Amino acid sequence: MTSTSRKTACVEIGKIPIALSTTDQTFLDLLQRRYEGFLSSSRPEFELEFDLISEGLATDDDVRVSREGGEWNLKRGDFHACWNPSTGRGKVRQNPNPYSLDSVLRIMHSLILAERGGFLLHAASAICEGRAYLFSGVSGAGKTTMTRLAPSDVTLLTDEISYVRPNEDGYSAFGTPFSGELAKAGENCAAPIACLFFLAQGPENHVDELPSTEAVRRLMRNILFFAEDHGLVEKLFATACDFVSRIPIRRLTFYPDAKVWDEIRNFNGVPQHV
Amino acid sequence: MSEDSIYIARNSAIAARALAGEMMVMNSADSTFFTLNEVATTIFQAADGKTPLSEIVRDHICEEFDVDPQQAQADARQFVNELSAHGILLVSSQPLASETI
Repeated sequence: MTSTSRKTACVEIGKIPIALSTTDQTFLDLLQRRYEGFLSSSRPEFELEFDLISEGLATDDDVRVSREGGEWNLKRGDFHACWNPSTGRGKVRQNPNPYSLDSVLRIMHSLILAERGGFLLHAASAICEGRAYLFSGVSGAGKTTMTRLAPSDVTLLTDEISYVRPNEDGYSAFGTPFSGELAKAGENCAAPIACLFFLAQGPENHVDELPSTEAVRRLMRNILFFAEDHGLVEKLFATACDFVSRIPIRRLTFYPDAKVWDEIRNFNGVPQHV
Repeated sequence: MSEDSIYIARNSAIAARALAGEMMVMNSADSTFFTLNEVATTIFQAADGKTPLSEIVRDHICEEFDVDPQQAQADARQFVNELSAHGILLVSSQPLASETI
């Protein structure tokens, strides 16, 4: 009888360390390369065991995330994962491609964050002068463009999926390895959020206020959440309302050149939604 | 059903939050949103499943908003029908038990 030892890498995103273990050295190398900058020696809060399968392609098919008893089930054509938040342990059967891996981690983080008053947002984010700015919008609105136009002293957190957690005074944004068109991981750091901008492109730069209810609507529309779970959806709604009451939300219409960052740098808004 | 025998209750799948003076409600079953005006908010908050709609209108709407009682009853009925169609309010000719709500 032979036994194959598991090798582990701990990936820490948003200060949540998750141990990923596999018997496949090639897969371990892949995930260490992919999450370089987010590898951690912290004690993991959660552990996922990966078993690799050859069938199943990474697809855009709808993912299904449901809770049975205390266990979450995550299913898509290219992966099937089950994870118990109480024990912290889970198993993943997936195709060895990195897109499946990213998807499993994103879904898992979205579930953890929903319970903890945070969320993943379809938004680019960056730190400028110690404050984080989020740029959200539909595909093509300008998320990647904003990050490309950023001056050299701006730290990119992500051009695709922003990681938001509550702090004592409001909310913080954390860097993520999840990239979009820029194909570049964010920096592994965090800062308190100064503003969330919803992007639109236009002939000149201007910042407009958004009614609070419209801000909540837009925020909810752009939060990444996949689970069929009324309780967690209600919790996300409460979080979205709290976020809108504590963080300035604005519409940023911009002409795509570097001057737009002057608007960001000079922004000094307060939440108008209290 | 006459207004005297209409009972309304909030659907348990509905989450509501007051924000900047407006009531925002979300149906968590399909993540649809609605913003309620002041009168609608008053009716929504009073929808306890036990108080007839006519009493809610008389004690809350007519009292607080100084409107014609007959008109208020008709408007409230229309509003309840709309919210019921969106699954936000449950409507019954009998008081609604708490487990239904």
